[in-house]
Amino acid sequence: MIKNYEDLSPVAIDCLKEIGNIGSGSAANALSQMLGKTVTMRVPDVSVLDYQHVIEQMGGPEKVITGILVHLNGDIQGMIMFLLEDSFAQVVLSTFLGKENVFSAIKEMGNIMAGSYLQAIGTLTGLTIDMSVPAMTVDMMGAIMSVPIVEYSEIGDKVLFINDGFVIDGVNIKSNIILIPDMKSLYILMKKLGVAEDG
Amino acid sequence: MANLTIRIGDLKVCKTPDILVTYALGSCVGICLLDSTAGVGGLSHIMLPDSTAGVNGASAPMRFADTAIPLLIKEMEKLGASRGRLRAKIAGGATMFAISNDKFNIGDRNVAKVKEMLAKERIPILAEDTGADYGRTLFFYPETGVMEIRAATRGIKNL
Repeated sequence: MIKNYEDLSPVAIDCLKEIGNIGSGSAANALSQMLGKTVTMRVPDVSVLDYQHVIEQMGGPEKVITGILVHLNGDIQGMIMFLLEDSFAQVVLSTFLGKENVFSAIKEMGNIMAGSYLQAIGTLTGLTIDMSVPAMTVDMMGAIMSVPIVEYSEIGDKVLFINDGFVIDGVNIKSNIILIPDMKSLYILMKKLGVAEDG
Repeated sequence: MANLTIRIGDLKVCKTPDILVTYALGSCVGICLLDSTAGVGGLSHIMLPDSTAGVNGASAPMRFADTAIPLLIKEMEKLGASRGRLRAKIAGGATMFAISNDKFNIGDRNVAKVKEMLAKERIPILAEDTGADYGRTLFFYPETGVMEIRAATRGIKNL
């Protein structure tokens, strides 16, 4: 059985990337409905990267970002984390300003986007996945990323990194998502998708 | 004068006037040790309390409080530090996300284990900035013994 992300075959990685693609499409739809705006999606860049690489790619450990954390339960155990840069928060701000608490609006957006990713995975695999209420913080990226690094340190130092590009009202915004099923769940996922290396 | 950066799950030692830096501690804990007489400093950035709880403890001793601290002391002794003169300052161990049923609570457990290990090694803790819910970048200046804490929204603190 696969023990960590380094053991994944190229076929399995392609499969994870496809999950990322489908999830992003589904999230773009949800986003459009929530904001009441036209949302177009650029082809997401999905990769299996190590944490250090993710942190460097996004601007270094001390860059301040918004992190939204959702735990997964049910057939799949693990976490989804959204790393949102300023442009994303600005769009939410401009849409919800004066209407309600901006913090809870961003949290709700994380909730909806995580839900649409999970729905995509569920539809593809027939698995039931539950999610926790999202938790959110604004802080240094290194400190935010240390949460999955520590919790999943046994799995290895690689994660599925999805770099989404959305265009909302002509404004380009980026959202970065990391998806980390635990090892047993990853195996279940691969098996359901017919790309498990054994058994 | 060199500026040595310590990554997550790593440790480094130096002689004055070099500076030790570790960026964006979340639930992790940074442990600064100093022998001011010998002018030898050390900094360890631990991720988890206990190397015996998981499967890969032996392969990465610098990640765990129980194995990293003895290792840090040994490395400092190689540079001429004396165990009996060591003093500690620690920072980190935050809870980054408020999760109601947080079974992990890793920040608190990290801090508790670090204190337990330092007590076992008979190293007094001169200052600490631990817990709460925000990330910390740590600069340690062995020359003066100052531990400087930089937080994203809370400015700079010298301990």
